[in-house]
Amino acid sequence: MASIPAQASVVVIGAGIVGNSLVHHLAELGWTDIVQVDKGPLPNPGGSTGHASNFIFPVDHSREIADLTLDSMAQYKELGVFTESGGFEVARTEERMEELRRRMASARAWGIESSLVTPAEVVEKVPFLDPSVIVGGFWTPTVGVVDSVRAGTMMRESAEAAGALTVSPNTEVTGIDVDNGRITRVHTSRGEIVTDRVFVACGVWSPRIAAMAGAEIPLTPAVHQMISVGPVPQLAERPGEISFPIVRDMDTFCYERQHGSDMEIGSYAHRPILHDPDEIPSIEAAKLSPTEMPFTDEDFDPQLEQAVELMPEVLSNPDVEIRYAINGLLSLTPDGAPILGESPQVAGLWSAAAVWVKEGPGVGRAVAEWMTNGLPEIDVQGADIARFHPHQRTREHVRARTSEAFNKTYGIVHPGEQWASDRNVRLSPMHAREKELGAVFFETGGWERPQWYESNAGLLEEFGDRVMPRPNEWDGRWWSPIINAEHLAMRQRAGLVDLSSFVIFDVAGPAALDAVQRIALAQMDVTIGRVVYTPILDENGGFRSDLTIMRLAHDRFRIVTGAAHGMADVKWFHDRLPASGAQIADLTSSWTTIGLWGPNARDILGGLTSADVSYEGFRFGTARTIEIGSLPVLASRISYVGDLGWELYVPMESGLRLWDVLYEAGRDHGLIPVGLGVYGTTGRIEKGYRAFGAELDSERSVVEVGMSRPKVKSQDFVGRAAHLRHREEEPKAVLCSLTVDDHTSASGQMRYMLGGEPIVSADGDPLIDGHGRNAYVTSAGSAPSLGKHVLMAFLPPAEAVLGNRLQVVYMEEFYPVTVASVDSTPLFDPDNECIRR
Amino acid sequence: MNILVCIKRVPDIAGSVTLDATGTRIDDSGLGHTKSSHEECAVELAIQTAAATGGTVTVLTVGPAEAVEQLRAAVAVGANDGILVEAADPSVFAPEDIAQIIGDVIRDRAEAGQTFDLVLTGDDAADTGDFQVGIRLAYDLEYPVLTNIQTIRAVDGDVGGGGEGGATGSGAVGAADGGSGGVADGGAGVIEARGIGPAGTEVFTLALPAVIAVQEGGVDPRYPSITGRMKAKKAPIAEYDAPEPGTGSPRIRLELPEVRQSSVTILGEGPDAAPALVDVLEEIGVMRP
Repeated sequence: MASIPAQASVVVIGAGIVGNSLVHHLAELGWTDIVQVDKGPLPNPGGSTGHASNFIFPVDHSREIADLTLDSMAQYKELGVFTESGGFEVARTEERMEELRRRMASARAWGIESSLVTPAEVVEKVPFLDPSVIVGGFWTPTVGVVDSVRAGTMMRESAEAAGALTVSPNTEVTGIDVDNGRITRVHTSRGEIVTDRVFVACGVWSPRIAAMAGAEIPLTPAVHQMISVGPVPQLAERPGEISFPIVRDMDTFCYERQHGSDMEIGSYAHRPILHDPDEIPSIEAAKLSPTEMPFTDEDFDPQLEQAVELMPEVLSNPDVEIRYAINGLLSLTPDGAPILGESPQVAGLWSAAAVWVKEGPGVGRAVAEWMTNGLPEIDVQGADIARFHPHQRTREHVRARTSEAFNKTYGIVHPGEQWASDRNVRLSPMHAREKELGAVFFETGGWERPQWYESNAGLLEEFGDRVMPRPNEWDGRWWSPIINAEHLAMRQRAGLVDLSSFVIFDVAGPAALDAVQRIALAQMDVTIGRVVYTPILDENGGFRSDLTIMRLAHDRFRIVTGAAHGMADVKWFHDRLPASGAQIADLTSSWTTIGLWGPNARDILGGLTSADVSYEGFRFGTARTIEIGSLPVLASRISYVGDLGWELYVPMESGLRLWDVLYEAGRDHGLIPVGLGVYGTTGRIEKGYRAFGAELDSERSVVEVGMSRPKVKSQDFVGRAAHLRHREEEPKAVLCSLTVDDHTSASGQMRYMLGGEPIVSADGDPLIDGHGRNAYVTSAGSAPSLGKHVLMAFLPPAEAVLGNRLQVVYMEEFYPVTVASVDSTPLFDPDNECIRR
Repeated sequence: MNILVCIKRVPDIAGSVTLDATGTRIDDSGLGHTKSSHEECAVELAIQTAAATGGTVTVLTVGPAEAVEQLRAAVAVGANDGILVEAADPSVFAPEDIAQIIGDVIRDRAEAGQTFDLVLTGDDAADTGDFQVGIRLAYDLEYPVLTNIQTIRAVDGDVGGGGEGGATGSGAVGAADGGSGGVADGGAGVIEARGIGPAGTEVFTLALPAVIAVQEGGVDPRYPSITGRMKAKKAPIAEYDAPEPGTGSPRIRLELPEVRQSSVTILGEGPDAAPALVDVLEEIGVMRP
């Protein structure tokens, strides 16, 4: 048996499209002594790459996935393994046509050529499709197929040829040693490899490999059924692997893809069939390959009839036989995103898992850059392995969410759609009270958060049309005009917001100041009791996060951040602490937070405490502990909704008491409970507050989002050099707020955009910024105080002019918009008088 | 000609085999199921022969409820209907019990008006390899029986035995003497059957009704078409319950053979490897020096 190198700079486990792309890009970036192992033979070791249908549709509603796909397509083309076929997504229903109009929005937003077509136009290119079955289609000419095994082989061999890589197939990983939280060694069937970095790129087996190091990669192997039928005379007439466009039959969750004289039919319509990574057969025991599981006819039978409906001429031919049929395994994750980056559980354990062929080379490049420079060029923070909260890594959570998501693969998913499964995992102390108040709960990070309260329905009458009702069902789905009523009541009186889902952690110790000073853009050497809102930048000056930091003591800082991305923030801070002198304590489950805001907030709080909460006595941007009855409460005078008020922190077990006391005291002051619909959207959008993941990401600079301050602190911090450079350069894009001038659609209905829509010129031309990005809506929402629907978007600097008249494209109709803010000046209360009253 | 094909649901194995905890069965968790390849060919022969004679094909299995998948798979390639004799665990039956069960069903169907001129089985099942059911079934039905048959053809004319290349009908075990099983009408026809014998191709003719055990290799089983598969979903399946375990001697346990270590010698790469390859081919007698 061939031996294996005793040492490696990095061990890449897996020789599918991801592992192969990864070793190629690592070698390109200068890595040497890479060792790649796979338990299977080459070139097809038996993972999901080997049975992939290998076609690529570039349009996706997720910008991150679209970016990775476009980069992958470019790489496949460079390798000469991409064949452009074009592709249709066809609709059998009007509801699906509406979804295809949303696909058009994403295509326009990401700058991908696509168009809506009639059934006749589909038949022009796919003559054997029955046009009477469909009502229309979505055409993308750049759709194509790739040879992913060939591409992987070429990339792997290029790394070998560069002398950077040793490949060891037929080599099973049997163990991974971890010492003091770091990878030290990989055990294989051919010997041990000393290394401090391991890349898990082995698809459906990834959880099993990660478990060897004591870590979790929360994905599950799941079945995607595919059959291949042939020989089809109509296909055999034309040469080559593919000459007819691929057809996705969206309403039946199926696709039909030519493969030579055969037609492959794949399905996402069958029941979710999940497997355990430990139950995947060995290579020796598998009939085909380990990930080509035995086909289960009865699951596929309904799809056959639907396929015949669409292509009767081809598929009801009795000479066309089902020659190959598999339950192919692929990887699903609880939130549908890939799992990339270094594990927060074990240093040096990297994941590149749950990646499809269409994203493989892009992911390989991104994670190679990430491991090399700390930063991928494409923002992949939505796929960061550090995003998971502990419960999201459990097998049951993965099972529940992937089961729910599987049939949504081709589904029509509303951007506000909530999960139905595995709910009520994390409940705030006031949860029972909220239920009594008719809270409609949305979930983030496992937390049940009231989005609005049905008990506030009475406010609709008070505010009338100012709540901006949405007559269209789609626009108003997962939404209620009560949100806007709550907003207006808070602006006039006061609102109480459950913020228990905050991720809260302390950095403490003699080196704590140095640590946070080096991580945060803002000056952290502030007086004790100051609350500082700060961007957290990466080395390129892009955003890693934005959050607030309270200085609680000379040697203690409390970081408060959002539930969605908070776990990644914890890892970001953790990785940047000095070797000694500062430690992180995650206090998320120790503290609950209640927001109290509105013009009456001071009266309510003042009536409950002897502390001085006057303008002078409790300045904006300060925090201190006050007594409310017998509760010591950490009060922090800041606001994400742009109104006078406080975030009030108490230990979790006192949260209910504090809620009750505030609620009772607020009765006489018009206090109402206010949901996250206000906190997350309406309150912030009319104040122009940016949100991480929407406006703030690693691509945009502090200058471009309009958040640079007059001075830059003298102390060094991550991203400082880049930030200084950005301040000298002309911005490539400018974040603007726009108001919609007329909501009336062609059919006379008032329509309200939800986010993701393209912004185009008054003539309908795309607007492309200096990053090469088309302008699109990063956040959309009501600004009830203004009676306007507000959109945020990055515009080319020349277009970022107050009063500039542009258009937003919604469901393929054009609506006039006006640029209303070209910096962070709020549309509502531009001088911030409400906050500072 | 109406033909009954007896098939068995077996694990679809390719490489290494493991046994379940009882030691009497192959561990089929994670494996698909199929019918034995001899039976695949029997189904194909039946479909061709029925088509040529204007008859029907019925498939029968004794097995768990899931074995209906194998029946429907046979319908998908052209069989007309199926009979499931449900037995949660067929391994409790010995081959003579299975033959008895099938014989009883054939008699029962005859009473109901469905008769079979020809009964096909595989030579032996892929998982157990007993090689008995066909012969015992013929004995039970008092039909003539052939084994190791690869092709069949309905012919006109008399019954007789002969052989190409001098072979005689050594595969013929029983004799056609009237068929006191009394199922099919006398004079149902004559079948010509061919198989590979010790000295060459053996050719038989025999009068129906009869039992023929098929060996793979004579025909290429077809794949199902989509329309065939759609038809299979709706095909009628008659259901019977298997009786209590019979009086035969079922299997006590299976044993796995020792894994033989194989080694691979790489002779070289490219044209340089040619002389070494020639040496090996001469050594194993494929080429003469």
